[in-house]
Amino acid sequence: MAAKARNPRKTRNPDLVRGVGKFSRSKMYHKRGLWAIKAKNGGVFPCHDPKPAAETAPEKPPKFYPADDVKKPLVNKRKPKPTKLRASITPGTVLIILAGRFKGKRVVFLKQLPSGLLLVTGPFKINGVPLRRVNQSYVIGTSTKVDISGVNVEKFDDKYFAREVEKKKKKGEGEFFEAEKEEKSVLPQGRKDEQKSVDASLIKSIEVVPDLKTYLAARFSLKAGMKPHELVF
Amino acid sequence: MVKGRQGERIRLYVRGTVLGYKRSKSNQYPNTSLIQIEGVNTKEEVAWYAGKRLAYIYKAKVKTNGSHYRCIWGKVSRPHGNSGVVRAKFTSNLPPKSMGARVRVFIYPSNI
Repeated sequence: MAAKARNPRKTRNPDLVRGVGKFSRSKMYHKRGLWAIKAKNGGVFPCHDPKPAAETAPEKPPKFYPADDVKKPLVNKRKPKPTKLRASITPGTVLIILAGRFKGKRVVFLKQLPSGLLLVTGPFKINGVPLRRVNQSYVIGTSTKVDISGVNVEKFDDKYFAREVEKKKKKGEGEFFEAEKEEKSVLPQGRKDEQKSVDASLIKSIEVVPDLKTYLAARFSLKAGMKPHELVF
Repeated sequence: MVKGRQGERIRLYVRGTVLGYKRSKSNQYPNTSLIQIEGVNTKEEVAWYAGKRLAYIYKAKVKTNGSHYRCIWGKVSRPHGNSGVVRAKFTSNLPPKSMGARVRVFIYPSNI
């Protein structure tokens, strides 16, 4: 296995036309010197000894044979990639959210998560948008950039945002009629602290730029006479 | 939608008008509607709006899902003619009373 990392060797068999080599199989055998290697090894091509096969339990004949042959589906090894990020969206870009609870809010883009969604933060103190995921199609990328070097977003991924699985309580019918368990899920303090730590360095780099803080706090809206297809963001 | 704050009016859609159904002189085809988008006057400008979602919003007497307002969603499909009119398909055909009525043309799915 040490010889595996060899630079791609140029072939000794140039193409005359695509798919047709210049030399025949017997000529190539001679050119590659397989005859010399075999001669050095006593007439047989050298090979590693086969590894002893692992002990498998003796196979019993199956109890059941299906009546018709069943086709096995082909194996699928495809791994989906995260959606391609538009060129206008780079870490630190200010985005405008177009739909949802925070529509119109201008928000700072942090990174793209492995699912393809964009991780985004208000920052919370400025416009009330927490660390949140947003789909690329529901966002406009502006040309305003914020310096994001002081922020560490390594630990955030899709699992962080997964919904909490409620434990099933099989208590019986009486429980159904009682007031449903208080749906007010309180935000755990850990989340608030993570929000604060991400925002701290962000807010510092935002305050350096004049007016950027009020810009992020204000919401975007179309006004009379604005034509989105002519606007430059 | 009940919201805590008084509601700063944010308009993130472009106003549009339903002109009618796709039609020839004496036949109409209600599965496609024609929409006039405000401010769009040529078929080159329409290219930006292709694929954008549309909503026709109307009121009804009975409350469904907690609201008197109902909505039919649709998409801009292609330009219609040279002057900025657009063809659109909705999840269910627009009712005839929508002719001349307002339609919201959203800016998403966005490509900017």
